Amino acid sequence: MKRIFKYLSLTKKEAILAPLFKMLEVIFELIVPLIVSSIIDDGLKNPNGTDFTYVILMCLLLLVLGILGLISAVVAQYFAAVSSSKLQTRMRMDLLKKINSLEYQELDEVGTASLINKMGNDVNQVTNGVNMTLRLLLRSPIVVIGAVFVAFFFSFNIGITFLIVVPILFILIFLIMVFTIPLFKKTQEKNDILVRLTRENLLGVRVLRAFNKQEKEISNYHKNNDNLTKYQLFVGKISNLINPLTLAFINIFIIILIYLGAFDVNVGELESGDVLGIYNLAGQILIEMVKFATLLVTLSKSLASDKRIESIFALKSHLQYSSEIDSHESPYLFEFNDVCMSYNGKENALEDISFKVKEGEMVGIIGGTGSGKTTLVNLLGHYYDISKGKIYYKGKNLINYKPSEIRKDISYVPQKASLFKGTIRDNLKMSNLSIDDETILKALRIAQGEDFVKAKEGSLDYKVEQEGRNFSGGQKQRLTIARALLKDSPILVLDDSSSALDYKTESNLRKALQELKNKTIFIVSQRASSLLTCSTILVLDKGKIVGYGNHEQLLKSCPVYQEIYSSQFHEEAKHE
Amino acid sequence: MNKSILIRLLKDLGKDKFFLISTLILSLIYVVSTLALPIFAGLAIDLIIGINNVDFQTIFYYFAYMGIFIALGAISQYLLNLTNNHLVYSYSRRLRKRSFEKIHSLPLKYLDSHPLGDLLSRFSTDIEVISDGLLIFLNQIFIGVFSIILTIVVMFILNWIMALTVVILTPLSLFIARFISKNLNKYFYSQAVIKGEQTSYIEELMNNQKVVRYFEYENKAENDFEEISSRLEEVSIKATFFAALPNPLTRFINSIIYALIIFIGVLLITFNLGFSIGLLNTFLSYTKEYSKPFNDISSVIPEIQNALTCLKRIYELLDEKNEISDQNNLSLKQVKGNIFIDDISFSYTKSQKLIEHLTLNVKKGSKVALVGPTGCGKTTFINLLMRFYDVNQGHILVDNNDIKQVTRNSLRSNYGMVLQDTYLRYGTILENITLGDDYSKEEVIEACKKSNCHHFISLLKDGYDTLIDENGGDFSQGQKQLISIARIMLREPPMLILDEATSSIDTRTEIKIQQSFDLLMKDKTSFIVAHRLSTIMNADIILVMKDGHVIEQGTHEELLSKKGFYYELYNSQFVINQ
Repeated sequence: MKRIFKYLSLTKKEAILAPLFKMLEVIFELIVPLIVSSIIDDGLKNPNGTDFTYVILMCLLLLVLGILGLISAVVAQYFAAVSSSKLQTRMRMDLLKKINSLEYQELDEVGTASLINKMGNDVNQVTNGVNMTLRLLLRSPIVVIGAVFVAFFFSFNIGITFLIVVPILFILIFLIMVFTIPLFKKTQEKNDILVRLTRENLLGVRVLRAFNKQEKEISNYHKNNDNLTKYQLFVGKISNLINPLTLAFINIFIIILIYLGAFDVNVGELESGDVLGIYNLAGQILIEMVKFATLLVTLSKSLASDKRIESIFALKSHLQYSSEIDSHESPYLFEFNDVCMSYNGKENALEDISFKVKEGEMVGIIGGTGSGKTTLVNLLGHYYDISKGKIYYKGKNLINYKPSEIRKDISYVPQKASLFKGTIRDNLKMSNLSIDDETILKALRIAQGEDFVKAKEGSLDYKVEQEGRNFSGGQKQRLTIARALLKDSPILVLDDSSSALDYKTESNLRKALQELKNKTIFIVSQRASSLLTCSTILVLDKGKIVGYGNHEQLLKSCPVYQEIYSSQFHEEAKHE
Repeated sequence: MNKSILIRLLKDLGKDKFFLISTLILSLIYVVSTLALPIFAGLAIDLIIGINNVDFQTIFYYFAYMGIFIALGAISQYLLNLTNNHLVYSYSRRLRKRSFEKIHSLPLKYLDSHPLGDLLSRFSTDIEVISDGLLIFLNQIFIGVFSIILTIVVMFILNWIMALTVVILTPLSLFIARFISKNLNKYFYSQAVIKGEQTSYIEELMNNQKVVRYFEYENKAENDFEEISSRLEEVSIKATFFAALPNPLTRFINSIIYALIIFIGVLLITFNLGFSIGLLNTFLSYTKEYSKPFNDISSVIPEIQNALTCLKRIYELLDEKNEISDQNNLSLKQVKGNIFIDDISFSYTKSQKLIEHLTLNVKKGSKVALVGPTGCGKTTFINLLMRFYDVNQGHILVDNNDIKQVTRNSLRSNYGMVLQDTYLRYGTILENITLGDDYSKEEVIEACKKSNCHHFISLLKDGYDTLIDENGGDFSQGQKQLISIARIMLREPPMLILDEATSSIDTRTEIKIQQSFDLLMKDKTSFIVAHRLSTIMNADIILVMKDGHVIEQGTHEELLSKKGFYYELYNSQFVINQ
């Protein structure tokens, strides 16, 4: 809510003027019943016969009021549109900036799907709610309050009656709403279950048929389906009270008004035309009350969205940082001393990791699924905090650096080869917009991608579709490798990023990488063959280092490595 | 097109005849009582003439009538809403029920050839749209029609000149308002286009947040996003503005009519043409009452159209042909696992032949490995074994039973299958492994130990009771596969189908699985599809497939010495240059 007001203050003029003009419209509308009764009492019932000039004048006045009302409404709507559209832009922009500032820990917690939802649907809901509020929220209360006010013009009795009835009506509507909104939410939850079941059944149709689960699935679905229907009917019984009750209430109110009017006319307090005006006034209240109720439903939805968005803004990225320098003379680029890392604060994803890497080395990291390889390389750039131990970069503790200081030194090729919509060139220039084509082609040559890029129509101008859908897995990997090479940082990390390359291309890639001078390279892989040229290989198993050395040493001393190696090479060995 | 769907919809709704008729009657009662109120109010007002000239007794008499109609109106409206709820919700329940059953009676051919997103939105969103649209439709259409007709009739009875004015002018106002707003609304379309662009950019950025971080791409992304956003802002100011125009326009035109009616009313009263102040009051409220249904109906037309489109999609789906019934077929008991493939041919489409004249005799207990490049027909072969698809020609015999002569369920329960795409669903890990069948936790743990997933499961906070979310949880692809393997481990069916099951599990784990599979495969007929040749080294027969044909057959050694396609395949994937 606070944030919404902050954004509205950016368009202060519009945000204030929109409801004001709306108010004008309402005031013009409220004058109508007064004029109607005046036409009858002063024009029609003129003792000298109908005063036509007066009647025509008043009817024209009604028209003028209509035009003024239209103009005010249009102006109000324009301002509301400006205000809410600008709010939408600012809110999305700030949300994106916030998301861009989150660290991996938070990104993992929130999850991609939820981020997309918040950036998209939730912002839309808030915008819609703000627009409606600026335009309508004040309308109904003003009509109603204005009607009460106008009622006092007719007579004190009538005014008092309005004053008593209106709050009662408000409370009635409010109570039913408060009661039904959570019920609707629960209906939605029950419906979500059905959607989930459908999705699961469509996705797993082969497995479910293979296990003969059709009958069971169908009867489970029916149970939930009946459950939903029953609940919908139950909620309907409550939520549908609102209209008939309001209607009955207002009509009874009208009877009372006619009676009071009749009474006042009888004693000469009112004229008979006034009763007509009062009757119309009550009718207006009825319409506005019903509108108000629908508006509140929309508002409750956008408030819920606002809350969800706020939950992102409330996230705090908390990477450890210390200005107390902890450093020592060191010949090593990286030193890991007894490092532990845990994603959830319970089990360790990495445990007691210690190793040292010199500048210019090529380090291999191998291990099974979930052994902690990706986690380990993400620690290099301080993308996650560690829970125990110390990491030194160039002899200085990692927590003494600002994360951006280390990250600019490291170039990653992530496991998932993802590209952005745009041209090949756009994708490769991600790290630096001023790179020229020659440099790009050089990087592509190292990444073994020059040939296929040149074969594409337009070469570097070739369009990449969203997520790089129009490239094969191997092509995408080579492009992401080139992209990382172009970042031109002293450290290069390849996270299992040549798995889709065929043997020959991979071996050429390895050779080309070896020729790169002054680069420290980390290669993560599941294939022992990818790491043969590494000076050091770390063997990870369930988050622990179980082997540390070069290929020959590991082959002698590390049983896990032997196992991996022989599983991939034994047939070959037999063969030769 | 919409007409026939409407008829079908009414037929389906007609199954609740009682409720459908109730809706009609209740709508009528509601309209009559709503319209009666202004008449009595008008009559009462006419009796309020001046000082000491008010006929209180008759006024109270009219009040009594009003009271009756108020009660009648409120009760009928409430009952009407409940009736419509019943009609719509039980209809959408039936629709959901039928579509869900359809999932399991459609041939896989249909499901495979339609994108998941499309099917899912038919089954879920479409039905919601239909039920919302239908509810609005039922709540407004009968009331609308009745009140238009009745208002016209009553107005003509009261005074034909005034009636004519209202009847002609009111709909005109609505058409003008709609016409104006529609023509101004071209911005709506461009708003939708830019919004789509923005949405896909958001998706891209959110999906690749980590890449953005790796390349410090935040600023560039924010600039690009700002550019899209400012374009959107410009258009959406206009679109939002114009979208809100019809309401004030209608109000304006109505105010013209209002003034006209008052003026004519005054004329009629002055010249004593059978009109009164009370009648004027009645007419003024009838003007509102009469324009309301036009307003309501025209504002819900898009929703109703939308609902009909969705309904068409659902009906299309429900009309799809089911799998051929196998109710009268024999049920296959536990088999030994002798499979004879007798000259089968199969193709998905007529133009593209896939498997042609394949004959193969698989003795019980043997291991058949299927090898070949992507799209060579391995998956198809499995589809045929499991009878997910039926062969076009030839027979597949299991223990001498033609699989077309037995029930699909009894055939499939003799197979254990691990697919390329792992399937985990919402529920605990335990539930995901038992799939609701009766197995003890000990049996499950035993199976998980054998398939090497016990270790990581027991590390989880809630162990086997850990809840897996809709997206399959935080498991790696390999771990998911291990869980699917445990499902089979638990059941020990006589025949196995392993469809690239180990392709994304790291080699070490793969070895372990291989060992436990060897245990499982003992004396069982198994078909293994794998890209990794190491997993099929100890197969009895290797079928080398290419373009739907089995081009080579034999053991690993035999095939290597042949120096054919298999030899090439093997070398391109496995020889290591040291």
